[in-house]
Amino acid sequence: MKRRVVITGTGIYSSIGKNLEKVKQSLYEGRSGIGVEPERKTYGYRSTLTGIVERPALKGLLDRRARVSLSEQGEYAYMATLEALKNAQIDMDYLDNNEMGVFFGNDSSAKAVIEAHTTVLEKKDTMLLGSEAVFRSMNSTVTMNLATIFKLKGVNMTISAACASSSHAIGLGYIFIRDGLQDLVLCGGAQETNLLSMGSFDAISTFSVRMDEPTKASRPFDASRDGLVPSGGAASLVLEDYDHAVKRGATILAEVVGYGFSSNGAKLSQPSDTGSEIAMTRAILDAGINAKDIDYINAHATSTPQGDMFEAIALDKVFGAYKTPVSSTKSMTGHECWMAGASEIVYSIIMMQNSFIAPNINFEQPDEYSAKLNIIKTTTMKNIDLLLSNSFGFGGTNSALIIKKYNP
Amino acid sequence: MKREEIITIINDFLIEELEIDREKLQDDANLKNDLGIDSLDFVDIVVIVEHNFGIKISPEEMTNVPTLKAFYDYIERKTGGQ
Repeated sequence: MKRRVVITGTGIYSSIGKNLEKVKQSLYEGRSGIGVEPERKTYGYRSTLTGIVERPALKGLLDRRARVSLSEQGEYAYMATLEALKNAQIDMDYLDNNEMGVFFGNDSSAKAVIEAHTTVLEKKDTMLLGSEAVFRSMNSTVTMNLATIFKLKGVNMTISAACASSSHAIGLGYIFIRDGLQDLVLCGGAQETNLLSMGSFDAISTFSVRMDEPTKASRPFDASRDGLVPSGGAASLVLEDYDHAVKRGATILAEVVGYGFSSNGAKLSQPSDTGSEIAMTRAILDAGINAKDIDYINAHATSTPQGDMFEAIALDKVFGAYKTPVSSTKSMTGHECWMAGASEIVYSIIMMQNSFIAPNINFEQPDEYSAKLNIIKTTTMKNIDLLLSNSFGFGGTNSALIIKKYNP
Repeated sequence: MKREEIITIINDFLIEELEIDREKLQDDANLKNDLGIDSLDFVDIVVIVEHNFGIKISPEEMTNVPTLKAFYDYIERKTGGQ
């Protein structure tokens, strides 16, 4: 028998706020977290645009060993997880005596790798890397550190699936709980924002160059969009078996009811309307609902010409008849890459809890494809019972999640 | 380098970098048992020693250095202290 999977805690650390309350305000006000980092020009970037995310001060919160082993994105993940566990009313005593798993999306730890390489080139001795380099450099850096800090004893792994990483992480957490393998899983995503981590994306002209108007640079679905803006931070969610949550008296925030996935089986960097459609349709089938039941779609739309076009085509195929409201929160946050799948579920749950749809800012002029969608330009009050969130990534990986408002 | 300078530098980095309480820094303090320095910390000590004294030591050599006094002696010997 399939079990109900609920969300009992969320936490966020992003360019539009370092906690749920600040992020709620930003979403409601349509505030952008985008700025420029002039050093990127000197380093050799084509675009200096980036989400501005401040590193947290961890001294006093974590001991030295834990601090030095965390990569930049690991620090963000720690902060988001602190908030999520607090919301879920789970403390260290509880974690000492109960099993919790962890699935996090992460697909790089470039800064740690490049800095280690630079040290060895200079010193000609790997012994001078110190102990922390290895724990910061591995792709599983986030889950290995979170599992150690929070004494997690269940399933423990990192999901790497490009910009769909953390959406799949939630999908897998959902399956593990639904099928009775785990009662509690910490799911999320983390994304480094440093200069060293994004040069290779800049190399293929992925980024917007609207540097004179940073807050207008990320403009998903708008006809004049010219690329995405890299961003980052971390988002954490506590997924839990429904009965388990009720038994321990947890506050239930929402329910995960559908997960769909697919792979385009086509080109490396070109999205596909067919692949996206399969993922969305599979999620709808899994949820046992109809497309018309969805009240809000948090689009993947990153503000690239190709990506937004293919998603608009797919959305029109699945939801065109119902004119379902759509917005891309990336218009405010930029593209949070490995973290985006999880952060956009956190953003969407905030909207669900407060009955509003955050705007797709900078959507001024539709193109031929986005003109067919009901894109929400300004904050709109609306009851949301069911929402769908898309995440797509390089290599053609697609994920769609459906979240339902909690009804006992 | 004079022994007093070596002691000051070592104590400072044990306090600042490894966050060990100053009052624990007694000559006869055992690095592992009294100061809580573990195998990963010894790897970091290699980096810190290279940075502060310009000499390379190995974590294996450090396992033969039981106390804080022995650590001062060891660095004094390696740096050819006066």
